[in-house]
Amino acid sequence: MEDGIKKFLYVNRKAPYGTIYALEALEVVLIGAAFDQDVSLAFLDDGVFQLTKGQNTDGIGVKNFSPTFRALGDYDVNKLYVERESLEERGLTEDDLQEIMYEDEDDDWAEKPSIRIISRAEMADLMHDQDVILSF
Amino acid sequence: MSTLHTVNKSPFSTQSLLSCINHAKDGDAILMIEDGVYGAAAGTGVASVVAEKAGAIKFYVLAPDLAARGIDTSRLLDGVEAVDYAGFVALAAEHDRAQAWL
Repeated sequence: MEDGIKKFLYVNRKAPYGTIYALEALEVVLIGAAFDQDVSLAFLDDGVFQLTKGQNTDGIGVKNFSPTFRALGDYDVNKLYVERESLEERGLTEDDLQEIMYEDEDDDWAEKPSIRIISRAEMADLMHDQDVILSF
Repeated sequence: MSTLHTVNKSPFSTQSLLSCINHAKDGDAILMIEDGVYGAAAGTGVASVVAEKAGAIKFYVLAPDLAARGIDTSRLLDGVEAVDYAGFVALAAEHDRAQAWL
């Protein structure tokens, strides 16, 4: 830990519309982005459904918040870790997820993908490497 | 460096306990609270999963939540230790971080 910067991990394990957890997590991430911490997001279990392409909530009367994930890069939130086993268990691949890019200020603002697919073992390591874990 | 995990859902209604166990590292602790305490009883469908990891991971269960649900500590799986609220606080203090599996 340097300069009081802590590693924060937001853990997302719920599908997007059946409960309010997923939307609330995103709200907290956006609020937390004001505090200049080292932020990562983890998507595992049903949380991987939050990032799928083609969500259309017109028929259920709630906001489709999936496009908001694409704004996270503007808040220096650009580490979105998705667990491969959770995708596979749900019949999904990386191609089923929306493309989320950020501009890397340390690399002449090159566009890079924010989503990183990792294994369950790597997810366990990621969780073990944090100062603070916020679960949703 | 170790983590205290808490699980507050019944293992028969959600995957939280299984997912927690699959992500916990050796030396971590898992504390079952609220409806999570149903995962601490012997003779259930998840008992073998817990028993298999007990040792590498320390399992605890919150006694007042057990008592509220009429589960006597004599029915706990071997390797699961009942703690009171002060024990919960002590576990939180002993570990480097806490992670809730909701």
